[in-house]
Amino acid sequence: MISTELVDLSRLQFAVTAMYHFLFVPLTLGMTFLLVIMEGSYLVTGQQVYKDMTRFWGKLFGINFALGVTTGLTMEFQFGTNWAYYSHYVGDIFGAPLAIEGLMAFFLESTFIGLFFFGWDRLTKGQHFMVTVLTAIGSNLSALWILIANGWMQDPVGATFSYTTMRMELSNFWDVIFNPTAQAKFVHTVSAGYVTASVFVLGISAWYILKGRDLEFARRSFRIAAAFGFASALSVIVLGDESGYTISESQQTKLAAMEAMWHTEPAPAAFNVFAIPDEKAQRNDYELQIPYVMGLIGTRSVTKEIPGIAEIKEKNRTRIESGMLAVSAMEELRKNKEDEAAKQVFEAHKQDLGFGLLLKKYTEDVSKATPEMIQHAVDDTVPRVAPMFWSFRVMVALGFAFALLFALSLYHTVRGTFFKQRWLLRWAVWFIPTPWIAAELGWFVAEYGRQPWTIYGVLPTHLSASSLSVGSLYGSLTGFIVFYTGLLVIEMYLMVKFSRKGPSSLGTGRYDAEKTATATI
Amino acid sequence: MLDYETLKIIWWVLVGALLLGFAIMDGHDMGVGTLLPFAAKTDVERRILINTVGPHWDGNQVWFITAGGAIFAAWPLVYATAFSGFYWAMLAVLWALFFRPVGFDYRSKIENPKWRRTWDWGLFVGGAVPPLIFGVAFGNLLQGVPFHFDDTLRSFYTGTFWQLLNPFALLTGIVSTTMITAHGANYLMIRTEGDVYRRVRTASMIFGALALVTFALAGVWLAYGIKGFVITSAIDGNALPNPLDKTVITEAGAWLHNYSAYPLTMLVPAIAFLGGLWAIAAAKFDKPLTAFVGSSVSMLGVIGTAGVSLFPFIMPSSTDPRSSLTIWDSVSSQLTLGLMLGATIIFLPLIIIYTSWAYKKMSGKVTEAFINANDKSAY
Ligand code: HDD
Ligand code: HEM
Ligand code: HEM
Repeated sequence: MISTELVDLSRLQFAVTAMYHFLFVPLTLGMTFLLVIMEGSYLVTGQQVYKDMTRFWGKLFGINFALGVTTGLTMEFQFGTNWAYYSHYVGDIFGAPLAIEGLMAFFLESTFIGLFFFGWDRLTKGQHFMVTVLTAIGSNLSALWILIANGWMQDPVGATFSYTTMRMELSNFWDVIFNPTAQAKFVHTVSAGYVTASVFVLGISAWYILKGRDLEFARRSFRIAAAFGFASALSVIVLGDESGYTISESQQTKLAAMEAMWHTEPAPAAFNVFAIPDEKAQRNDYELQIPYVMGLIGTRSVTKEIPGIAEIKEKNRTRIESGMLAVSAMEELRKNKEDEAAKQVFEAHKQDLGFGLLLKKYTEDVSKATPEMIQHAVDDTVPRVAPMFWSFRVMVALGFAFALLFALSLYHTVRGTFFKQRWLLRWAVWFIPTPWIAAELGWFVAEYGRQPWTIYGVLPTHLSASSLSVGSLYGSLTGFIVFYTGLLVIEMYLMVKFSRKGPSSLGTGRYDAEKTATATI
Repeated sequence: MLDYETLKIIWWVLVGALLLGFAIMDGHDMGVGTLLPFAAKTDVERRILINTVGPHWDGNQVWFITAGGAIFAAWPLVYATAFSGFYWAMLAVLWALFFRPVGFDYRSKIENPKWRRTWDWGLFVGGAVPPLIFGVAFGNLLQGVPFHFDDTLRSFYTGTFWQLLNPFALLTGIVSTTMITAHGANYLMIRTEGDVYRRVRTASMIFGALALVTFALAGVWLAYGIKGFVITSAIDGNALPNPLDKTVITEAGAWLHNYSAYPLTMLVPAIAFLGGLWAIAAAKFDKPLTAFVGSSVSMLGVIGTAGVSLFPFIMPSSTDPRSSLTIWDSVSSQLTLGLMLGATIIFLPLIIIYTSWAYKKMSGKVTEAFINANDKSAY
C-alpha cells in the first residue's frame, strides 16, 4: 500500500511548485494585454512616451516571465514524475489539453516574446504591434487549455472508465472543452491576472507620482491601469460568482465547506459573513448572517436547498457502500473478462467506483472494509472547513476592495485630479502585493476544496501518487524549495531595482533619473 | 477515422518527429550553452554567443515541452512509467534547465563580472546536462529498465539512479552531447564572425567527428554485447492496450532484427554517418548553413536508429519482460490519438511557418558593434 506520508509529501511538493508557478502567471496574463494597450496607443498617436511605456513595463514583465517559464517547466513534467498513477489513469483525457496547450499556445507565446524584446529595430511598427498581440493571445490561450484540464479534474465530464485498460477514456471531447466549470474558471482566472497586472502598474505609477518623478510617464500609465483594472475587477467578481454557481452543481462538498454549512438549511440559505467554524462539534460560533444571499448565489433560486455537510456525508456513505461492490467486481473482471456475474454488478455500481476506491487508503481488499474504515472514508469526503471558509472570505473581500480601488482611481482619472489624491496613491502602492494573495487563496480554495480527490468523484488523491521512496521526496522537495526561493529572491531584487530606476533604465536620456545623473556628474 | 493500428504507428512517427524537432531547435541553443565558457574569451564575445539565440531559445524550448505533453497524451503509460522511474534523472534535467530562462534574461541586467560568470556557467549546465541525460536514458531503454506493473497497472521502478549511469548508457550519453555540441557550433558559424567563428568552426569538426566515432562504437556494442527484446505472443495492433497481455523474451542480437527483416531501414544509420560527414566537410569548407543542415540530417539518423532498433518497443522491462511498453499497448484511446493527430496536422505547419519568419527577421551576424550599441537591451 502507498504510505500516507508519501502522498502527503507529493501533495506538498505539488502545492509548493504550483503556488510558485502562480506567483508569476497572473502578471504575465495581465501584463501582455496592458502592453497591447500601451503599444496600441503608440501606434495610434505616434507619441514616443507610449513606446517607452511599452518598453519599460515590458522590461519588468520580462523579469517576471523568466521565472514563469522556469517554474512552468516543472509543472509540465511533474504529473509523470510524482503522479504516475494519475497520469496513467486519466492521461487519455488530461494529456490532450496539455499537449494542445504546447502546440497552440506555448509556441505562439514563446516565439513571439523573443521578437517582442529583440524586434524593435527589425520589424515595422505594425509588425511589432502584431507580435505583441500574438504574445498576449498565446499566454491567454495557454491559460484556457490548462484550465480546461484543471476544470476537468474538478468536474470530469465526457469520459468513461474501462476495466480492460484500467483507466478513464475520452468519450466526448467537446464536453471536455465546453465544460461550464472550465469556462467559468478560465474567465475568472485570466481576469484575476488582469487585476494583478493592473494593480502592479497602478501601484508603481502611483509611487512615481508620490515621489514626483517622471510624471508624464507615470500619469499615463496610471490612467491605463485604472481603466483596464476596473473592467477586470468587475469581471473577477461576476465570474467568481459564476464559479460559485458551477461548483454548487458539481461539487457540493466544496461549497458546503467554503460556507461552513454543517446542516441543510431551509431554502433560501443565509450567507455567513463571519463565523468561527468548530470542526469537532460540527457547528459555527459567533455567526453573522445575511439572510437569503447564499441560496441566491448557490442556486439562483429561492426554493432550491443547498445541502449541508452532515447530509452530504450520509449520501456519500451509500455511495461508498455501493462503490465497494463496484471495486470488487472490477477486480474480478481484471482476472476474467468473461465473468458475466461480475459484469452485471459492475454495470449496476460503476458510477460509484471512485467512492469505493476511497477505501484503498485503509485496506487493500475493499470488500472486507470494516465499519470504522467506512466511517473514516466518509469523513474524508469533506475537506476541513475553517481553512476553506477563511481563504474564500479573504479572496472575496479583496475582490471587492479592488473594485473599489479601481472605481475611485477611474473616477479621479476622469476628473483629472488623481495625482492630487495622495491617500489614493498611497493606497495603490500598499495594495501591490494583495492580488497575489487573493489568487493564491483562490487556488487553495479550488484545490484543497477538491480533496480527497484528484479527479472529483473518480480518482482519490491517495491512489494518484507515484510509487517513489519517501527519501526521494524529501530530497526533491528540499531541492525545489531551495532552488525556487533562491530564484525568487533574485527576481525580486531585479524587480525592485528596475522599478526604482524607472523608465530611466531604458537609457533613452529622456527621463528624470538620467537627467539628474548627468546634472550631478 | 483511421484504424487503431495505423494511428499507433503514426504516433510512433510523430513522437519521433517531435524529438527530432527538439534536437534540431532546442539542440542548437543547448549547444551554444555548452560552448559558451570555451568558445568565447571576453564578456562581449560571450554576449555575442548568447544573443545569437536570445530571441529564439524560449520558442525552441517549447519543442521539449510539447514533446512531453504529446507523450502524455499519446503514450500515457510511457509518460507515467518513464518519468517516475527515472525520477532523479528527470529532476536533474529540470534543475539544469532552470538555469536557462534566468541565465539568458538576468545575466546582462547587472554589470558585476562575478554575477555574469556565474550565469555563464549556469547556461553551460543548462546546455550540457539535458542532452547528456537524454542520451543516457536512451542507452538504458536499449538495455531494458528494471520496472514492473501490478494488476491495476501501477508501475514500480526497482533500480537506482546510479544504475542508470552504466558504461553503455554513458557512451550513448556522449553520443548525444557531442552531437548537440557540434550542431550548436554549426549554428554559431552561421551567426558569428572573426575569432569566435574560427573557434566554433574547429569545435564543429572535433565534436562532429567524436559524435560519429562514439555512435559507431555504440552500434557495435549494441549488435554484439546487448540482448534485445522480442514479443513472442501474437500481436493484434487493433486490440485495446494492456501491456500485461503479452509475452516477451530477451535474445542476443534481437535489436538487429528489424534491419534484417526490412533492409531499407539500414539507410537510417547510414544517414547518421552521411549527415555527420557532410557537416564536417561543410565546416571545413566554410559553408555554415550546409553544415547546419548536415548535422540536422545526422540527428535524424541517430534518433531514427534508436527508434528502429527498439521498434515496436518503447521501454522494455529487464526485470519483468511482459511489462515492457510497446507502441501497441502503452497508447491512449483511438479517439484521443485521432484528435491529437488532427491538432498536430493543424498546428505543426503553422509553428514551422512563424518560427521561420522569426528567424528570418532576426537573421544576420551578431557583431561586437551590435552588442555595444544595445548595451542596455541585449542579453
Ligand atoms: C491560469 C493560467 C495558468 C495555469 C493554471 C498554469 N499555467 Fe503554466 N503558464 C501560464 C499560465 C498558466 C502562462 C501565463 O502562459 C505562463 C506563465 C508565465 C509564462 O511565462 O507563461 C506559463 C508558463 C508555463 C510553462 C513554460 C512555457 C514556456 O516555456 O513558454 C509551462 C511548461 C507551463 N506553464 C506548464 C503548466 C502546467 C503543466 C500547469 C498545470 C499544472 C500550469 N502551467 C498551470
Ligand atoms: C468577489 C470576488 C470573488 C469571488 C466571488 C470569487 C469566487 C471564487 C470561487 C467560488 C472560486 C473557486 C472555484 C472552484 O473551486 O472551482 C475561486 C477561485 C479562484 N479565485 Fe476567486 N473570487 C473572487 C475574487 C478573486 C480575486 C480578486 C482573485 C485574484 C486577484 C481571485 C482569484 C482566484 C483564483 C486564481 C482561483 C482559482 C482558479 C479557479 O478555481 O477559478 N478571485 N474564486
Ligand atoms: C497554477 C495554479 C495552481 C495552483 C496555485 C494550485 C494549487 C494547488 C494546491 C494548493 C494543492 C494542494 C492541495 C492539497 O494538497 O491540499 C494542489 C494540489 C494539486 N493540484 Fe493544483 N493548483 C494549480 C493548478 C493545477 C492544475 C492546472 C492542475 C491540473 C491540471 C492541478 C492539479 C493538482 C494535483 C494533481 C494536485 C495534487 C493532489 C492534491 O493534493 O490535490 N493543479 N494544487
